[in-house]
Amino acid sequence: MGGLLYNVFIDPFMQMGSAPDLLLQVLWEGFVSGTLYALIALGFVLIFKASGVFNFAQGIMVVFGALSLVGLIALGVPAILAIVMCIGIMAALAYSVEKLVLRPLVNQEPIILFMATIGLNFFLIGLGELVFGGEPKVMPTEQLGLPTGSWDFDVLGGLVIIQQLDVAAAAVACTLVAGLAIFFNKTRIGRALRAVADDHQAALSVGISLNQIWRIVWFSAGIVALATGIMWGARSDVSFALSIVALKALPVLILGGFTSIPGAIVGGLIIGFGEKIAEFYWGPLVGGSIESWFPYFLALIFLLFRPQGLFGEKIIDRV
Amino acid sequence: MLYREAGQFKTTYRADQAVFPIRQDFIGIIAILAVLFVVVPLTFNDFWLKSIMIPTLIFALAAIGLNLLTGYAGQLSLGTGGFMGVGAYACYKLATIFPDVNILIHIFLSGFFAAGVGFIFGLPSLRIKGFYLAVATLASQFFLEWAFGRIAWLYNYNDSGAIEVPTRTLFGVPITSATAAPVTQYLIVLAIVVLLTWVASNLVRGRFGRAWMAVRDMDIAAELIGIRLLPTKLMAFAISSYYAGVAGALMVFMWLGAAEVESFDINVSFQLLFMVIIGGLGSLLGCFLGAAFIWNLPIFLRAVPEMFGTHVNAATVEHIQFMIVGGLIVFFLIVEPNGLARMWAVAKEKLRRWPFPY
Amino acid sequence: MRFKKMALGIAAAAMLGGGLLSGATPSNAEDQIYIPLLTYRTGPFAGSGTPIANGLHDYLTMLNERDGGIGGVKLAIEECETGYNAQKGVECYEGTKGKGAVVYNPYSTGITLQLIPKAPVDKIPILSMGYGLSATAVGSKFPWTFNAPATYWSQMSAIIKYIDSQDGGIKGKKIGFIYLDVGYGREPIPLLEELSKEMGFEVLLVPVGGKEMQNQSSHWLQVRKEKPDYMIMWGWGAMNPTAVKEAAKIRYPMDKFIGVWWSGGNVDLRPAGEDGKGYKSTNFHSTGTNYGAIQDIIKHVVDKGLSQVDKASVGDNYYNRGVMNAVLIAEAIRTAQEKTGVKAITGVEMRVGLENLNLTSERLAEIGLEGFTNPIKVTCDDHAGAHPIYIQQWDGKGWNKVSDWFTPMTERVRPKLVAAAEEWVKDKPDWETQTCE
Repeated sequence: MGGLLYNVFIDPFMQMGSAPDLLLQVLWEGFVSGTLYALIALGFVLIFKASGVFNFAQGIMVVFGALSLVGLIALGVPAILAIVMCIGIMAALAYSVEKLVLRPLVNQEPIILFMATIGLNFFLIGLGELVFGGEPKVMPTEQLGLPTGSWDFDVLGGLVIIQQLDVAAAAVACTLVAGLAIFFNKTRIGRALRAVADDHQAALSVGISLNQIWRIVWFSAGIVALATGIMWGARSDVSFALSIVALKALPVLILGGFTSIPGAIVGGLIIGFGEKIAEFYWGPLVGGSIESWFPYFLALIFLLFRPQGLFGEKIIDRV
Repeated sequence: MLYREAGQFKTTYRADQAVFPIRQDFIGIIAILAVLFVVVPLTFNDFWLKSIMIPTLIFALAAIGLNLLTGYAGQLSLGTGGFMGVGAYACYKLATIFPDVNILIHIFLSGFFAAGVGFIFGLPSLRIKGFYLAVATLASQFFLEWAFGRIAWLYNYNDSGAIEVPTRTLFGVPITSATAAPVTQYLIVLAIVVLLTWVASNLVRGRFGRAWMAVRDMDIAAELIGIRLLPTKLMAFAISSYYAGVAGALMVFMWLGAAEVESFDINVSFQLLFMVIIGGLGSLLGCFLGAAFIWNLPIFLRAVPEMFGTHVNAATVEHIQFMIVGGLIVFFLIVEPNGLARMWAVAKEKLRRWPFPY
Repeated sequence: MRFKKMALGIAAAAMLGGGLLSGATPSNAEDQIYIPLLTYRTGPFAGSGTPIANGLHDYLTMLNERDGGIGGVKLAIEECETGYNAQKGVECYEGTKGKGAVVYNPYSTGITLQLIPKAPVDKIPILSMGYGLSATAVGSKFPWTFNAPATYWSQMSAIIKYIDSQDGGIKGKKIGFIYLDVGYGREPIPLLEELSKEMGFEVLLVPVGGKEMQNQSSHWLQVRKEKPDYMIMWGWGAMNPTAVKEAAKIRYPMDKFIGVWWSGGNVDLRPAGEDGKGYKSTNFHSTGTNYGAIQDIIKHVVDKGLSQVDKASVGDNYYNRGVMNAVLIAEAIRTAQEKTGVKAITGVEMRVGLENLNLTSERLAEIGLEGFTNPIKVTCDDHAGAHPIYIQQWDGKGWNKVSDWFTPMTERVRPKLVAAAEEWVKDKPDWETQTCE
């Protein structure tokens, strides 16, 4: 028993203290994953905020964006043009989703809308595999100008290896998050979005077009998905398994709240740090691979104390 | 013309609240059961029984479980697959620890283990609801998946990490593993599903069902009329998980014959949710319609090119099938968000007035 | 309202339509041999599954195109998409077995486990080539299951033997084992643990959950912390390329990183490219297109547009793996025809063919695959054989053979296999076994 307590409560901290370079490395990995989780969660939040749709298809949009980019570059389209075309594809996707799925379903129960996005998820998987094939593809980092090297830092007698790609990923994520935050806080469209989020009917009555707002948020979510897809695709490869990673954004959502943009960012970082540290220091005690459920538990424990989430703007439905 | 309730007078409340207030419905059910119990076993081949009838029934049972929770009690759950797994692993452990007890008893008992686990994972529902709860149930899904793979005791330290069904008999006839005839397995599954459906139909019309529906429609009002939320919600989780657990045990013992963790993964949970939504929230009939539709649609789509004698390669069929399933789901939600059961009800309503609609 | 009616119609049609279809079980045609291929070109494992499916399909199609089938009987080939999912796999099995299937190659350890008990009942053998349940190599206990040319256990023992032959032996070393956390990845662990006791090395297990396949940074940090001397990988699908990339990221010495033969596809290493240089994997056949049979595939199948393969990928490791599997099927059919005298064979004859399969080097030369693989002989008692394998190494663009063909530690593995087979059969009183004289 004493040994167990030691293993759980003391040994991991001893390890942290004795190998600070590893701790730093773990934290860095957590930070990079965290920013990417935050980015995916942001896609969810944008859509949920404006339309109350819990968009399960966000994960497949990540894959779809990345696949289109790889596919276009493989056809010989220059990288810049390919990115522009991908943004166009995302816009087209947003437009058709709004037109074909959301508009006919307006005023339905949230769960119906949720199921519709799972249907959309299936549709996009089929379409993506039909067009691009199921085998994994290599993200052409060179054409996209993404760095592939790494920097070594000597820290306290140890080595911390930082991939330039991860730095780029974090930087892109931060820029995008900041850009979206400014966009939705300072511009006219952003104000309209917040109005829609507060009250659909009131927003309609002051002349805000709901359909247009929906197209804009789906489009922004598409851009976010594209960026996530490029970054995560470059870190491993571009395949349909990537959409599973997007599930990681769900605990981020409980943690940060479904409607809070800062919540998504901070929640993403907490989950990122939390899961890496838990897996690295405590995972081996129970056989490893606890990353698959640990974030959910972290989020649930958190919920017990603060049911409205980190930055819950209002008390959420609770009993 | 035939479907008319004229002349059937209800003189007591009891008669009015019967499962089948209209006599034709009762006759219809008897006819359907007769077909299922007699005609199907005599005429269907192995593929039909093994790949269509048995899975449809098992998924319908699990869908009933989920529907009790989501459709009746209003608690959205994405963890049904995990609860099915609990039932399956529990049944496997029981069957190997007590090999002499009849396997059917184990199947019914294993549901209680699932109910216990469901009870525990239902606890967050006291604090949260809606999508927050849905994501919280995902926690149970992922945790259970992890536990099935990691706790070697659950699969008896098999090298493969999979559970394999031992041969068990009923009256000397093998009913599990590959030596059992599909017909026997089908009849057992059918009997269990019919029994549990009957229990469920009484459950939802009784005290529990009414309390659940009250909580679903407005929890504060339910509390005001004296329904205690805590036991009601937890009971919904427990009973729902019981159904899922029995379905999971049936799935492994009567259908698959062996299972890995992947048989209970998140996709199963989603599939069940589809069945419930497409079938109709808050309808037992809907569970059967939804299960039949969602399970058989891909099989049907796969067979289409063959029927027309054209050869399309398997992968393309799969891709197109994904698109069609996804598209149809959206289409159905747009056309009839209340599900197939609602369509059926509308059709029945029409039939009542036919051929002289007013 | 018209919408609703339409939907109602579709629903009814779908449900009834399901009814019409499987009556369409075609009659067991006399003049063909029906071979269902359980393949997957979709889902997270499509990367590994697609080239294998292509290889399998193309070699068998080539036999049809070039020779008009085997022994004058045409082969009817049908792919059924499983998506590496056990339920779909069983559905494929149930849906195709009635059409007179002669053999199944599930391409998933999970599906294999489901089919093992069904095989003796339906009298259709299973050929799980180099995967599946290791214990099924014991033919006396598993008459209907074949896993030539080697089991996971003998392969693991071969890797250990290889490491042992490297600098300073394996004693006292630490061996990391990173694996996909499903039945497939867990299969060799019992052997690894027993060997570690017998040979005195330490084992570090690093499981990768199916959802973490592309998110392995913490697993590899674990490796960095524990500093194992060698890493062995049992990965599949999207797990492989990510693992190689992550290993490169923590600067793990690539030449001490050895993968199972399912973690050695060209698609697996291409994303890592130069970073993967030095990575090793086992193999039991050659890569490349310099073989008569593969040239014939290009001529009769690929150039005629009968294949889905991209011509440049012919000769890739997994493509040739598929070809290898098809060769085993074809040769077993031929053997069955010779032994039983039946031309349009069924599963029962196919079992005889597989059990008497003897792929000699002369025969390999005859079918245009000289030196493609080591000779393989299956016997009644030994359904896998302890056939030699070799180690190959990635040079940034392709695979190079870096070791000679060498045999696994048969003398250590075989008793364990027999014990495992007995354990498996023990609680199944009416399991069908056979006596091998």
